[in-house]
Amino acid sequence: MTAPWRDMPTRGRVLAGLLLVLLLAAPLFADRYVLSVLILVFYFAYLGQAWNLMMGLAGQLSLGHALQVGLGAYVAAMLWVYFGIGPWLGVVPAIAVAALAGTAIAWLGCRFSIEGVYFALLTIAFAEFTRIAFDHIGAAGGAGGFFVPYQAQRLGEWWNLRGGQWLFYYVGLALATGAVILTAWLKGSRLGYQWLAVREDQQAARALGIDVLAAKMKAALISSAMTAVGGVFYAFYYDSLFPAQVFGIGRSIELILAPIVGGLGTVFGPVVGAFILTPLGELLAAAVEKLGVDAPGAKALFYGLTLMAIIVLRPDGVWPWLARICGLAGRRAGDQS
Amino acid sequence: MTAAATALLSVEGLSKRFAGLQAVDAVTFAVAPGELFAIIGPNGAGKTSLFNMIAGELAPDQGAISFAGERIDGLAPDRICRRGIGRTFQLVRPFPALSVEDNVVVGALARRPAVEAARAHARDTLRRLDLFDKRFQRASTLTLPDRKRLEVARALATEPRLLLLDEVMAGLRPTETDRMIAILRELNGAGLTILLIEHVMRAVMALATRVLVLHHGAAIAQGPPQAVVRDPAVVQSYLGAEAVG
Repeated sequence: MTAPWRDMPTRGRVLAGLLLVLLLAAPLFADRYVLSVLILVFYFAYLGQAWNLMMGLAGQLSLGHALQVGLGAYVAAMLWVYFGIGPWLGVVPAIAVAALAGTAIAWLGCRFSIEGVYFALLTIAFAEFTRIAFDHIGAAGGAGGFFVPYQAQRLGEWWNLRGGQWLFYYVGLALATGAVILTAWLKGSRLGYQWLAVREDQQAARALGIDVLAAKMKAALISSAMTAVGGVFYAFYYDSLFPAQVFGIGRSIELILAPIVGGLGTVFGPVVGAFILTPLGELLAAAVEKLGVDAPGAKALFYGLTLMAIIVLRPDGVWPWLARICGLAGRRAGDQS
Repeated sequence: MTAAATALLSVEGLSKRFAGLQAVDAVTFAVAPGELFAIIGPNGAGKTSLFNMIAGELAPDQGAISFAGERIDGLAPDRICRRGIGRTFQLVRPFPALSVEDNVVVGALARRPAVEAARAHARDTLRRLDLFDKRFQRASTLTLPDRKRLEVARALATEPRLLLLDEVMAGLRPTETDRMIAILRELNGAGLTILLIEHVMRAVMALATRVLVLHHGAAIAQGPPQAVVRDPAVVQSYLGAEAVG
């Protein structure tokens, strides 16, 4: 079994199991609003996990992951609209395109020794180029947006991701759960150890026989592929894509908050972070709306303040602290679950 | 010629120049299997440059490095490690956020793809270096002597045929130096070939089977430690009066 799961005390496994059962049963008793918030939680937990693999485990800071979300979204949506190729099949080229872009950027970073914040700037630049390009691609709808048409007769086609809230709820839950399992497995694998070594000290990693370039490329490849799947989900959940929204830097920032708040490099951190941030953000937006205050920046302000509070109070993230006080932590010091 | 043919590591006419400074100047030596070979010399003598060329961090301008009969000069550090040369860093570089055990697991994975096998090997290695009881600590919480031993443990876990040690005694107190000397003697006794760069003469005298003295990048003496420290050129350039006796 994977190391973080095996190292987890029984109490932790029971809690994780209970949470999963509760989430599986939630559509039976929760109302539409709660489910819509949970879908967002799953979405951000999933994307956070994808980003966490690259930054949290391999130490490669990408601030342009919206690029992979957007490429995945556009490729799958366009294949569906133009050629009738469903997302379950369209996800394959979506992954291919996003993974190619992600690994190409990682390769450029390695080839020209662009690291740390400079690498982050490179990722932002590519996301921005792509946003501008898509503003002018007529076949993709340009700045006016690309729409997946609503077809009432196809609503039952779950295999084409055409369906109601329950469909997206369970697909989202499956994605988030799968991402947790994948991360746990990768973290306990040989590749996971190589990533941690590269994150900690590249020169020392190299001296221990690790091919640093290959390790980084694999991180970018897997992270980009996962992120593209999130983009496909996004395209078919919202049915509309606008370059400014999909590729915007705000999107890239939004998807890294959950892992940072929850705990970088941990398996459960992105999930915990998504469960904290998304409902609070939605509640705040609802409250602002109810009060009739015109405050479009309220959510961003709230995220900013939350981030500042977390960085000051729990610089390692909420999960390592939570795991410690609840006795859920494994024994592998320094890198709790 | 026969010495070079049977040597585990042979360095021939190795040179490296940094913008007007001849860091390493046509150095030739060979390390036989099972030897504990030491390289000494004053600061700036070219020891670390020589070390980094063997470890693959630097490409030589001229000369050849052969390991187990194959040329390795110019290979990348990770390939050199996989060929069977382990190294430590002069300024220790543990993976700070990882546990002591996971640090060594990373090394052990170089030869053992299965994580559980690597972990078992890492634990054996930690026992040999008196770090087993600290295996769950974060590496960043270790004291300097413990970090130095972790550095050796991590390199050792890659199961090298040749271990390159870059000033592992530096900064250690005498009792810790003796502990390290005992560990290295035991490793060497078990058949491991060691190449040591060292400033602590007490350790060199206690351990080395042969010594190479570098000065201004060139080898000025080579031989058993007792003979080398009496060499007039060595005394004048490096040891001074105080170190002899």
